[in-house]
Amino acid sequence: MMLRFLRFTVFVFALLAPSLAVCQEYRFPPPDFESGYELPETVVPPPRDSAYEYVDTAVFLLALILASYLIHKKRSRRAIYALVIFSLLYFGFWRRGCICPIGAIQNVTLTIFDSSYAIPITAAIFFVLPLVFTLFFGRTFCGAVCPLGMIQDVVLVRPVKVPLWLESALRVLAYAYLGAAVLFAATGSAFIICRYDPFVAFFRLSGNWNLLVFGTSLLLIGVFVGRPYCRFLCPYGVLLRQFSRLAKWRVTITPTECVKCRLCEDACPFGAIREPTEDWPTGQYRIAKKRLALFLVLLPVLVAGGAWGGHKLKAPLARMHPTVRTAERVYLEETGQIEGTDDVSDAFRATGRASGDLYREASMLRDRFALGGALLGGFLGFVVAGKLIALSVRRRRSDYEPDSAGCLACGRCYRYCPKEHERLNQKKERVPAH
Amino acid sequence: MTRNKDVMNRRKFLREGLWGACLAGLGGATGLSVARNNRDNMVWQIDPYLCIQCGNCATYCVLEESAVKCVHSYAKCGYCDLCTAYLVPEPTALDTGAENEMCPTGAIKRTFVEDPYYEYTIDESLCNGCGKCVKGCNAFGNGSLYLQVRHDRCLNCNECAIAVACPSQAFKRVPADQPYLLKEVVH
Repeated sequence: MMLRFLRFTVFVFALLAPSLAVCQEYRFPPPDFESGYELPETVVPPPRDSAYEYVDTAVFLLALILASYLIHKKRSRRAIYALVIFSLLYFGFWRRGCICPIGAIQNVTLTIFDSSYAIPITAAIFFVLPLVFTLFFGRTFCGAVCPLGMIQDVVLVRPVKVPLWLESALRVLAYAYLGAAVLFAATGSAFIICRYDPFVAFFRLSGNWNLLVFGTSLLLIGVFVGRPYCRFLCPYGVLLRQFSRLAKWRVTITPTECVKCRLCEDACPFGAIREPTEDWPTGQYRIAKKRLALFLVLLPVLVAGGAWGGHKLKAPLARMHPTVRTAERVYLEETGQIEGTDDVSDAFRATGRASGDLYREASMLRDRFALGGALLGGFLGFVVAGKLIALSVRRRRSDYEPDSAGCLACGRCYRYCPKEHERLNQKKERVPAH
Repeated sequence: MTRNKDVMNRRKFLREGLWGACLAGLGGATGLSVARNNRDNMVWQIDPYLCIQCGNCATYCVLEESAVKCVHSYAKCGYCDLCTAYLVPEPTALDTGAENEMCPTGAIKRTFVEDPYYEYTIDESLCNGCGKCVKGCNAFGNGSLYLQVRHDRCLNCNECAIAVACPSQAFKRVPADQPYLLKEVVH
């Protein structure tokens, strides 16, 4: 009883003197028990066995091989669709969409810029494998493996055509997203691809309200506009597009030769089928030449302008970094521009660091963002100019072909080709009837 | 005609060269990252010395029931009768009545050990990681209670949603072979 009273006094004393909080260790010395009481262990369950990650990687590799086989050899949309469903269930709902190659861009970037971070081998493999497969077989990853693509693929019911200029313009968003993701990952501020992943909330069957609204609207748009995230937002798609241009074997609509029957013209829900071109009418040719010259001159102007704009944006960009946010909050409080404190400034003061130290760190980060912002802006200027140039150049094409970069290798166009039906019939005849 | 063929060849040469360069680049990048990596994975963990018990862990986790839970370093605990982690600041009575308990879910169990010591254990299934008890323990006690990411529950998101919301930047990526940042006991 006496001891208890003593403890209570200590408690009251502690209440009265919060300055004691600094020496919080062992206010009450751990007791020496006389009853033979044994201290229980602190429970620390181990993380998920890394063997599962190797299983995931193996399934990923197998899915990519199977996708490439089905798309190039089997040429059957039904078989591809079965793999689509499997990928959606396994990589989406079972693995809950993490880690995916799209997000792995940031892990790779962080490894390059932050020496204290080591990329998990699975993330490195997830990042590299689809790119390697794309170099050989085109975007088979987009066609049947990527869970984000698959969830949009299954809701696509009534595709509408998006004009080429609009598609090109909207695609700038994806480049901006990629550039921003790399910038924020490189500065260690945020993984925005993961933070704003629109479909991961569906895969986890829980998520925050804003992202659910974003994801649902993308899916609703996706009923009419085929795979909007893949075409207009996906940062990994930007990389895959460039690699797909170089691919050894890409999807071909016809298994043999194009007869230019125009039957496949409207087959692609993603607007990725390119028609045979005719020669320019002479009048148009001259205008087009002038336009191209203008855009070529515009290229360095846009790059410089973008870099300048990006440099100007360093303050809002830097605010993505938690340290800069903390510094700004503490500064506002200390200069009396804001009354009271919040969790962020309280947490900073609890560390006992000097605010000058924090300001210095924040201004160093702002300088990095000034450079990063300029690079990002310059990159975007380059992309916009590149798109303008690409739109004013006409490639000579004699057949109906899938676009070398934009084809998502879904296999929907195969059955539109009369030559494909011919091939299937021949195959059927070759099989003896018993 | 020969000229046309030449152009095609040049274009083809460039294409093949670029293709090879891309492949080599990817191979090199993988090789480098695998060579640099000596750990198999990184997982999220809370630095208990930075945590300010703001309560975000209970609400921001992508799991409905947070992966963050309170752990107890028993060796640090004072086994007080008047435990400020167990009881609200001004309890109506020093007993186990719900109105006196700090924990909103009643996850802390109090067991008598010997006079005047009481043992406090956390019922894992009830704890929601709000950190109210941790705050109480840090304020007036030894700080033996603190929050940790439980790796049997954590999905190991590429970017932890609680880490984004954490005001004190207490969330860190730690190697998976040492997945906990336990408070060390100094004797």
